[in-house]
Amino acid sequence: MKRLINQKPNRGNALLLGLLPFIILVIVYVFASHARLQENAEDKLLPSIAQMAQTMDKSALSPSKRSGEIIFWNDTLASLQRLGLGIGISATLGLMIGVPLGLIPLVRAGFSPFIAAFSMVPPIAILPILFIVFGMGEVAKVALIVIGVTPIIVRDLQHRVEEFPKEQLIKAQTLGASSWTLAVRIIIPQMMPRLLDAVRLTLGTAWIFLISSEAIAATEGLGYRIFLVRRYLAMDMILPYVLWITVLAFLADFILKKFTCKLFPWYAKKDSL
Amino acid sequence: MSLITIKNLWKRYGDNVVLENLSLEIKAGEFCTLVGPSGCGKSTFLKMLLGEESPSKGVFLFEGKPFPSEPSVERGIVFQRYSLFSHLSVLENVMLGIELGKSPFLGKLFGAAKKAAREEAVAMLEAVGLGSVLHHYPSELSGGMQQRLSIAQSLVKKPKLLLLDEPFGALDPGIRADMHALILDLWKKNNLTVVMVTHDLHEGFYLGTRLLVFDKVRNDPQAPNAFGAKITYDIPLLREKKEEKNDE
Repeated sequence: MKRLINQKPNRGNALLLGLLPFIILVIVYVFASHARLQENAEDKLLPSIAQMAQTMDKSALSPSKRSGEIIFWNDTLASLQRLGLGIGISATLGLMIGVPLGLIPLVRAGFSPFIAAFSMVPPIAILPILFIVFGMGEVAKVALIVIGVTPIIVRDLQHRVEEFPKEQLIKAQTLGASSWTLAVRIIIPQMMPRLLDAVRLTLGTAWIFLISSEAIAATEGLGYRIFLVRRYLAMDMILPYVLWITVLAFLADFILKKFTCKLFPWYAKKDSL
Repeated sequence: MSLITIKNLWKRYGDNVVLENLSLEIKAGEFCTLVGPSGCGKSTFLKMLLGEESPSKGVFLFEGKPFPSEPSVERGIVFQRYSLFSHLSVLENVMLGIELGKSPFLGKLFGAAKKAAREEAVAMLEAVGLGSVLHHYPSELSGGMQQRLSIAQSLVKKPKLLLLDEPFGALDPGIRADMHALILDLWKKNNLTVVMVTHDLHEGFYLGTRLLVFDKVRNDPQAPNAFGAKITYDIPLLREKKEEKNDE
């Protein structure tokens, strides 16, 4: 028998082992739910899977009587739009601020302390200000994501640029690069995959801000729906929504990862250089 | 006229004297090798030639004019590692120098200009023996090939002075011999002026037309940093000998 540290699973086993915790979780849930419903058929805390499917079908996936819209897709679309807009703006700002901050000592001296201080402001604490300034509409929700996520991306990119090999910077100068062409031909292209990495890491944070702002003031959205039906203890709707948000977050991460590999084939190999 | 003129040059960081009272002339076409124990200032000296550092005191002239105080196209550099652009293919790494020179705003050429740059880069790459890996990324190359690429990158700019900072230090002995033949060949064909730092005395003797030994002549055990290094030996090496060795 080999030592435990030397035993490696083959593909099939690895898949099985990976799925195991999920399967266990579902089984535990089904049993617990069954036990509670056995005791009290009206129990709301752990609805059965059939109940959840039924509720979702009736109240979220059927066209609403009032407007004819399907609430579930409406919520998904609204939330993804806010998230996409917020993340997109944050990434653009992150690149535009982070690169000069890391590359140009004069800019760093001028703005680094400000950015450091600004990124310490808890975004949720200024949410009321955003609602006051931008009203209850879309802008405030997107702004919260931008304010919360941009400083993280900026600081991450700044550090990446600062730790950029000095040899490459000097080499580029001896090849005739100005500060500007150095940025557009060398630094920014090499920072793009790192920017996507930073976006992936901040997606979780962005979801927190999205759901917080939707919980407080919105008329649709995944976060809004969860907080709305909470009043009726509608676990049969909350649980599928949470599951859906998790799936969306996972997919976004997965797609970004694939996207990075596809667009920047050199990025995965660079470590050997 | 000498390419590089140095008179009574000092370099110190605070109380720490690195180089003291250096005087030296380097003519165009020389192949100077710099050897010496580590920490004796030969790398600092190379950084000053590159424009990364500036002297504390003394005359320091490049073609009769004060040295530019930042890296420029007149002086090419090949480091031991980390100087290739990992997001560009081998071909693009060499084309970059041409593109940066001709396109000051975008740093990128299009159409006929791009085609010309491409041809020039391909010729350069073939000269260093990388004609078969044009579309690989640098990370896919071996250590020796990476150094060939780094040399091609610099040479495409036709620098008046080529600086080599222990360029072959990380290579296997067999590969190193190939690289020696390559650099001597390029030096002869392109009339280069080379200043090379090495910690390998044999390499210094073998490649150079002139060997400069950096060392501290005075040493105060109470204050090890009070005295800097000087050039203790300046040995002209016979070129004929080199030619012979080359033919072997």
